[in-house]
Amino acid sequence: MERRATRVGLWIWTVLVVLFLHIPIVIIVLYAFNASNIQGWPITDWTTRWFGPAIHDGEMQDALILSLKAGGLATLFALVLGSAAAFGLARARFFGRNAISFLFVLPIALPGIITGMALNSFFTFWHQSFGLWTIVVGHATFCIVIVFNNVVARLRRTPTSLTEASMDLGADGLQTFRYVTLPAISTALVSGGLLAFALSFDEVIVTTFTAGADNTLPIWIFGNIRLGQELPEVNVVVFLILLLTIVPVTIAQRLTRESGILRTE
Amino acid sequence: MASTSALLDNRRRLAAIVWRRPWLRTAALLVPPVGWMLLLYVAALAALFVYAFWGIDVFTTKVVHTWNLDNFREIFESGAFRGVIWRTIWIAAAVTATCAVIAFPFAYFMARVATPRVRMVLFILVLLPLWSSYLVRVYAWKVILAQDGVLNWSLEKIGLPAANIGYSNTAMWLVFTYIWLPFMILPVYAALERIPHSYIEASRDLGGRGLTTLRRVILPLALPGVVAGSIFTFSLTLGDYITPTLVGGAGSTFIGNVVYSTGLGSAGNLPFAAAFASIPLVVMGIYLVLAKRSGAFEAL
Amino acid sequence: MRKVRVRHAFVAAVAVALCVPTAGVGKADGISSITKVGQTEGALSMIGWEGYAQDQWVKPFVQKTGCKVNRKYAGSSDEMVTLMRSGGGGQYDLVSASGDASLRLIYGGDVATVDPKLVPDYKNFFKTFQSPPNNTIDGQHYGISLQWGPNTLLYNTKKVSPAPTSWGAIYDPKYKGKVTVPNNPIQIADAALYLSKTNKKLGITDPYELTKPQFDAAIALLKKQRPLVKKYWGLASDEIALFKNGDATIGASWPYQTNTLQAAKVPVKDLIPKEGATGWLDTWMVSKKAKHPNCAVEWIKWVSTPTVQAQQALYFGETPVNRLACKTMDKLAKGSCAQYHANAPESYYRSIKFWKTPVADCGNGRKDCMDYSKWVTAWTQVIS
Repeated sequence: MERRATRVGLWIWTVLVVLFLHIPIVIIVLYAFNASNIQGWPITDWTTRWFGPAIHDGEMQDALILSLKAGGLATLFALVLGSAAAFGLARARFFGRNAISFLFVLPIALPGIITGMALNSFFTFWHQSFGLWTIVVGHATFCIVIVFNNVVARLRRTPTSLTEASMDLGADGLQTFRYVTLPAISTALVSGGLLAFALSFDEVIVTTFTAGADNTLPIWIFGNIRLGQELPEVNVVVFLILLLTIVPVTIAQRLTRESGILRTE
Repeated sequence: MASTSALLDNRRRLAAIVWRRPWLRTAALLVPPVGWMLLLYVAALAALFVYAFWGIDVFTTKVVHTWNLDNFREIFESGAFRGVIWRTIWIAAAVTATCAVIAFPFAYFMARVATPRVRMVLFILVLLPLWSSYLVRVYAWKVILAQDGVLNWSLEKIGLPAANIGYSNTAMWLVFTYIWLPFMILPVYAALERIPHSYIEASRDLGGRGLTTLRRVILPLALPGVVAGSIFTFSLTLGDYITPTLVGGAGSTFIGNVVYSTGLGSAGNLPFAAAFASIPLVVMGIYLVLAKRSGAFEAL
Repeated sequence: MRKVRVRHAFVAAVAVALCVPTAGVGKADGISSITKVGQTEGALSMIGWEGYAQDQWVKPFVQKTGCKVNRKYAGSSDEMVTLMRSGGGGQYDLVSASGDASLRLIYGGDVATVDPKLVPDYKNFFKTFQSPPNNTIDGQHYGISLQWGPNTLLYNTKKVSPAPTSWGAIYDPKYKGKVTVPNNPIQIADAALYLSKTNKKLGITDPYELTKPQFDAAIALLKKQRPLVKKYWGLASDEIALFKNGDATIGASWPYQTNTLQAAKVPVKDLIPKEGATGWLDTWMVSKKAKHPNCAVEWIKWVSTPTVQAQQALYFGETPVNRLACKTMDKLAKGSCAQYHANAPESYYRSIKFWKTPVADCGNGRKDCMDYSKWVTAWTQVIS
C-alpha cells in the first residue's frame, strides 16, 4: 500500500519515538543501582544495597497500600458512575446531552491545580477531614470520564436488537443487563478501569490538595525526592512497580486487543 | 416490600414502568453521576471563582468579602505576571504542536502499517511509561539535560558540541512533550484506526496520490483525534507546576507555580490565587468550546 | 407516577449522600494552652520537614509512649500552614514550623501555648532559643524550639577563586548563569541583610521589618540578580544536583547540601560571609484542635532530649538547641559538635538573623512594614 520508502521512514520514526519514551525509564532503572545518593553521570559505583531498605521501608509500604486502596475505590466509583452515565446518554437524544458530556470532561481538561484547589476548599467548607475518602472522591471525579468514554463507545457499537431480543424472550431489565449488556461491555470496563487506576495511582497534584496525614505513593516519592537522602530507594520502588505492572498491562492488552487513552474502540 | 416474592413483583413492575418510560430510565441513570459532578466539582469550582473577586485583610490575612476586581488589576498591570501567563500558554501550545507532529506518524504506523503483533507491543510500550511515576520520570530528565549530564556526555562522545539546555524553557518544552506524548498518541491512533479502508481506496481510485490522500482524506478524518489529544497535552501542561519546579530554570515560572505559591489554601492570598487560577479556566473553556465544534469529543 | 418520582428522588438522594461526605464533627472549642500532660492517646499525627521524624528516633518513641506516629512531610512553610488549617484544623496535632510560618500560625489562632515546664530539657537549651521572638509572644510560648541552621554561602572550590567572603558574590555578574538561590519569598531578607551592611543610607536594622523604600531596594537588588541565576532551587536535592552536575558553582544553601556534596567528593565549601547570615529556627507547635495533645507533648519532650537532638542534627545537618547534645554528637560523628557550632557562645547565635514572618505591625507603633503577602507577590514577580 504505502510506498516502500514511506514504510521504512515510518519504521524509523516509530523506533525513535519508542526510544524517546523509554530512555528516561532506562535512566530510572540504572540509578536504582547507583551507590551514591546523588545522580551524577556516568555512574561510577554500582550496588544493590538500596533494594533491601526500599522494600522494607514501612512508610513506603503504607503509602503503597493507601495508593492501591484509593486507586481501587476511585476506579470502582468511576466504573459505576461512568457506566451509568454512559447508559443514560448512549442512545438518548435530548437537549443538554452535550452539556453533560462536557461536564465529565472538565476535570481532565482543566488544570489539576484548579481541580485540587476547588476540592480542597469544598472539603474545608464542609469541615470534612482529609483522608482516604477525600482522595477517592478527588480521583473518582477525574476518572469517571475515562470509563464513560469507553463504555459509550462500546454501546454505540452494540446493536439495540440484542437487548430487545432478550426482553422479548421474557427477561426483565436486570436479567438483560446481567446476561446481555454486561458481557458486551466487559472488556470496555476492564480497559477503562485499568487506565483509571493508572491515572489515580500516579496522581500528584490533586492528591496534594486532598490527602490527609497519610501519604499516597506519589506523595511519598515527592517527599523522598526533596532531600534525596535515599534517592536510589525511590528508583528501586518505581522499578519494581514497573516490573509488577508489565504483566497485568500485557494481559489486559491481550484481553481487549486495543486500547485508547479514553477508550478502547 | 415485605417478602421476597413481593420484592420480585415490585422489581418487575418497576422494570416495566421504566421500560415504558425511557426518559425515566435515562434520568435514573444520569442523576448519580451528574449529581456527583455538580455537587462536588462544579459547585466547588464556582466557589473558587467567587473568591477571585474578594480580597484579603493585610493584617489578619483573612478573606474580606467585598466585591472588586483588584486581583485581576494586579495581575494584568504586572509585566511579570503577564509574562507568566504568556509563557505558560505559549509553551503549552508548543508542547501540543510537538506532540501532534511526533504522534501522527507513529499512530499512523500503528494503525495502518504494523502487524497486529507489533501493534500490541507498541501499545504496551506506549502505556508502560504511564505506570512509572511521573515525578521520577521528570526527575530522570534532570540528569539527562544537566551540564555534565547524559545528553552532553553522549554528544561529546560523538564529537558534537554540548547542548546546554538544562534548566531552561527548552528543557521544560522537551520534558512536557515527553510526559504527555502518550496522551496524544492514543486518541490519534483511535481516530486513524477508524478510517474505513474503503475511503482510502476510493481516494486512490479517484486518482488521489499518496500525499493528496493524506491531505484530503486521512488528515481531516484524523483531526478530531488530534484535537482530542491536544485537550490533554494543552491542559495538562497549562496546569502543571511540578515540571517547571524540577527542570525549569530562572524565569520558568508557570501559572500553576504562581497559584501554588500565592494561594495554597488559606495560607496566603487565596483570592489572588483564585483570580490567577481563573485564567487557565477561561483559556481551557474557550479551547473546549472550539474543540467541541471540531467533533473532538466523539473522538476522545 | 408520583410514587415513582418519590422513589426516584430517594435513589438520587442516596446517591448524593454517598457523594457528599458527611460533615466532620469538630470539637466545639480548642485547647488554648497546655499546662499538664495526661494519659497518652495512642496516636499522633504531625507535619514536619523531611527528615524530622526518622525511624531512628520515632521507633523508640512509639515503644516508650505507645503513641503511633503518623507523619506528613511538607514542601514549604506555606504548605505547612495550609495543612495545619485544612479541614478546619485538627487534622494534625503537631507542626515543625520554621520562623517564616510560626507567626502566621500564632496570629491565625491555630496553635496553643505550651508550658516549657513540661519539657525537662528546656532548661538545657541555649538562652537564645528558650524564648525566641518567632515562637514566644508576650512571654507566652507557642511551642518549643527544636533545631536551627544558618543559610550559608556555598561555592565550588575549583571554579570559584579566590574564595568568596561576602554575599556580594551571588550578586556578582562574574558568575552569570552559575548562581543558584532558594525559591522562597523569605530570601528577600537575605538581600535586605546584605543591603543593611552595604547601603547604610537605607537604615535597615531588621531584615524582616522593611518599610516600603527598604523593601523596594531589596527587590531591585534581586531583580538585578535575576539574570545571573541559573535556577531558583525548590528542593534541597535540586541544589545538590546543580552543584554535582556543574550547572551551578555558587549559591545560597543549607549545611545539609554542603555535607551531602562533600560526602560525594564534590569540591565544595560553605561559609557564613562577613555580613552575617539569616537562619531558620524550627519549633514544634501544637494545634489548638489537636486530637492527641498528650502524645504531642510527649513527642516534644522526646525530641528535646540530648540524644534525639544529636541524631536529628546529624541526619539533617542542623544544630541542636540543647547544649547537652554536643557530647552525643561527637560520639556519633567525631568533631561534628564544633562543625555545627553546637558549642558556640551565645554571641554567635545572636549574629544569626533568624527567620520570622514579616508582618505590617513592626513595632514602635509603626504599621508601615511590608507584610508577608506582599513579600510573596513581590518574590513571585522577581523570579518569574
